[in-house]
Amino acid sequence: MDKPFAVTLDVGSSLANHTGSWRVERPVYLDRMPPCNDACPAGENIQSWLYRAEEGAYEAAWRALVADNPLPAVSGRICYHPCETACNRAQLDEAVGIHGVERFLGDLARREGWQVEIDASPSAQRVLVVGSGPSGLSAAYHLARLGHCVTIYEAAAELGGMMRYGIPKYRLPRDVLAAEIDAICALGVEVSTGHRVDDAAAAKREGGFDAVFLALGAQRSRRTYIPAADSAHVLDALSFLASADGAEPAQVGRRVIVYGGGNTAMDSARTARRLGATEAVVVYRRTRDQMPANASEVEEALAEGIQVTWLSTIASIGEGEVVVEKMTLDEHGFPQPTGEYETLGADTVVLALGQEADLSAVEPLPGVSTRDGMLEVGPNMATGCPGVFAGGDMVPAERTATVAIGHGKRAARSIDAWLRGTSAAPRERHELASFDMLNTWYYADAPRTVQPELELVRRQSGFEEVVAGLDRESALFEARRCLSCGNCFECDNCFGVCPDNAVGKLGGGERYAFDYDYCKGCGICVAECPCGAIVMEPERI
Amino acid sequence: MAHDPVRFYQVGSFAAGNRLVDQEQRTEQSRSGRSNSLTSGHRACQGCGEALGARYALDAAMRATGGRIVAANATGCLEVFSTPYPETSWQIPWLHSLFGNAPAVATGMAAALEVKGRSEVRVVAQAGDGGTVDIGFGCLSGMFERNDDVLFICYDNEAYMNTGVQRSGATPAAARTATTEAVGPEPGNAFGQGKNLPLIAVAHEIPYVATATVAELHDLERKVERAMAMRGARYLHVLVPCPLGWASASSDTIRLARLACESGLFPLFEAERGEVVDVTPIRRQVPVEEYLRLQGRYRHLFGDPGRPDLVREIQAIADRNVARFGLARESCAAPATPADIPREAL
Repeated sequence: MDKPFAVTLDVGSSLANHTGSWRVERPVYLDRMPPCNDACPAGENIQSWLYRAEEGAYEAAWRALVADNPLPAVSGRICYHPCETACNRAQLDEAVGIHGVERFLGDLARREGWQVEIDASPSAQRVLVVGSGPSGLSAAYHLARLGHCVTIYEAAAELGGMMRYGIPKYRLPRDVLAAEIDAICALGVEVSTGHRVDDAAAAKREGGFDAVFLALGAQRSRRTYIPAADSAHVLDALSFLASADGAEPAQVGRRVIVYGGGNTAMDSARTARRLGATEAVVVYRRTRDQMPANASEVEEALAEGIQVTWLSTIASIGEGEVVVEKMTLDEHGFPQPTGEYETLGADTVVLALGQEADLSAVEPLPGVSTRDGMLEVGPNMATGCPGVFAGGDMVPAERTATVAIGHGKRAARSIDAWLRGTSAAPRERHELASFDMLNTWYYADAPRTVQPELELVRRQSGFEEVVAGLDRESALFEARRCLSCGNCFECDNCFGVCPDNAVGKLGGGERYAFDYDYCKGCGICVAECPCGAIVMEPERI
Repeated sequence: MAHDPVRFYQVGSFAAGNRLVDQEQRTEQSRSGRSNSLTSGHRACQGCGEALGARYALDAAMRATGGRIVAANATGCLEVFSTPYPETSWQIPWLHSLFGNAPAVATGMAAALEVKGRSEVRVVAQAGDGGTVDIGFGCLSGMFERNDDVLFICYDNEAYMNTGVQRSGATPAAARTATTEAVGPEPGNAFGQGKNLPLIAVAHEIPYVATATVAELHDLERKVERAMAMRGARYLHVLVPCPLGWASASSDTIRLARLACESGLFPLFEAERGEVVDVTPIRRQVPVEEYLRLQGRYRHLFGDPGRPDLVREIQAIADRNVARFGLARESCAAPATPADIPREAL
């Protein structure tokens, strides 16, 4: 007992006092679903590849990206990026320019020659993919990476489907498309072009395939009856766009009228301008708000001097002119004829009234069902015929390239499961990370970088790409604008703000851990987590 | 005097750390090996702002001095919850003074170290607002006028919380405490009373005076570091919300400290030898109501009928601060651009 006067106990540390017993709620780390990922039709894990891009690890970012989407350079250009519409940052300043970073990664991969590897051992099972549009290519890619032998039959001379023959070069340069297609073929995918499939059942049987993915697309232009003079120059949009890509583009004259209000109509009008038309007028029967074309497409078209005549239908087509009837919206928002007519000069009329699938090749398959001119599939993309799956524009869904890429991926997983005699379990979806779960105080103010656009004069006269990509600097900046909604990005805030030092820092991507011996359950870490990756749960008492 | 905020690292300027930022630019609180001057197991309430403020300030002082500090601590919450005999939460040499004499004790410690030729060991004294503004004020003023080599830190939670939330000279107008009940025509603490100790300290023309909060970690650490780089009497006044006394949610501690600054009620400034040399501008200004509504001690100002007239009076106090300190000047956090990406990251 060698203690000072009046002291009877040894000095102790407060660490002996386990204040965790005070707690009635405990903080728990979790991953939530970022809205971008939730909105991506291709099922990309956007937050995850941006996370890698933020640190400049572009190859790792690209690998995370192509785990879901084999066409990043293409998607970064032509996707209408629903991810950015959903982006939480839009409520703070402006959405993260996800597509710009995606395109940057895709282009960088091409320059650097990065290649993906086949993840699985060879299966010796053979899968036929009919059609090489985005869904066909996506399915072929994922099936190849899963170890299967894939053969693509493509009716056209070159691979790419609508990306090759429908989307103009100024939006998607052909060398970009070709490079990403070549990368897919390099995985050992066998390709047979000029190979039209008229009977899918026969093709499967004769080729000895174990499974088939049908991705024939919607290749037939929808028609409507319009009285037309024999001498009238009327083209359908698909063949017009395809011809523009070839050696002998269609002759359009000086004044072109495009009938329709979708993206194909915009593409047709903008292409007509580039082919020498001095005026391109879009005639659409409803209003701008009701136009199915993407807003950015409409804006770019208007910037290029495309005129749009809203609330009008074409009543008849004569030689060098069309007669247009004015419409008015009724109380239900439907256009109704007014009986007022107007004549517009037109050297060429391009009909862009939508496309339909040609289902004659699938009719011989037993068990398949069709509805409204489309092939019906289940949630796993399987048709009614065992071993036959389908996706893209020929099945009921939104008709965009990105949706088709998502179909291809989902179908590939289902086909893989089917070949193994199992079924692909649906992945568990985390709770959505909504804006109110974030503490946006912590994010630096940083408005979005603007991708430079080609000068108007050059846009009106040639097929040069309109929108330029991001450079290294702006891509890194844009990636770092990501809020990482719902997913810890190791900002050390929880570690810093705990009044009880009850957060351990694991470091190196391992994030943090709570020390429940001392955590009093105050909830400051939850309130101050920038990205909403912690939640309070009632303590089990 | 303006410091360079970390420019564009997603959250680099505001969060404790960030994997993308150099270690030197992160806060001390983000470092795995931080001192934890006040360690776990202390008996502060859930969400205690003072426990947080003390660790922030002392860890920063430890970093600034290479671990050579000793502390004197006045009686108050901080002393009571950290050292119930025989346990201690302090991982630094620490001495408990009386309620009122922490500045004098610290003066003695500094003098003793000087006599022993150990002036590389620095002295920090700390107290709550009661021990600083009221009971210890005479000793503190003496310490200031003698320019003793001590950093005095006041953790201001705006009342005597340890003894049951009695009014102090730092209690703001209209706040309910046990001694300023929310009754009668002028509910809560009276308007026009109390002391602004940071400005009183400035008036002593000591080498350094600064205000800080637990919401602005980078700012607080920088101020401690600056203070430790100087000799003589220095004063740091840290706003530390108290969930118990303010009747606020324990998870709102940092949010309240932030709103106190962003509303203009608690101006962040630095002064050297009697002159204000820098202020931290408001980043996103909010009406005082946003700050007041989260606190039960102001509950009588809201509801039906409420006292919108008093809320307006409080807003006038905030507006006066904004004008007086120039808090509305252009924010240090001007929007970032790609040019803010450091070269080495590319």
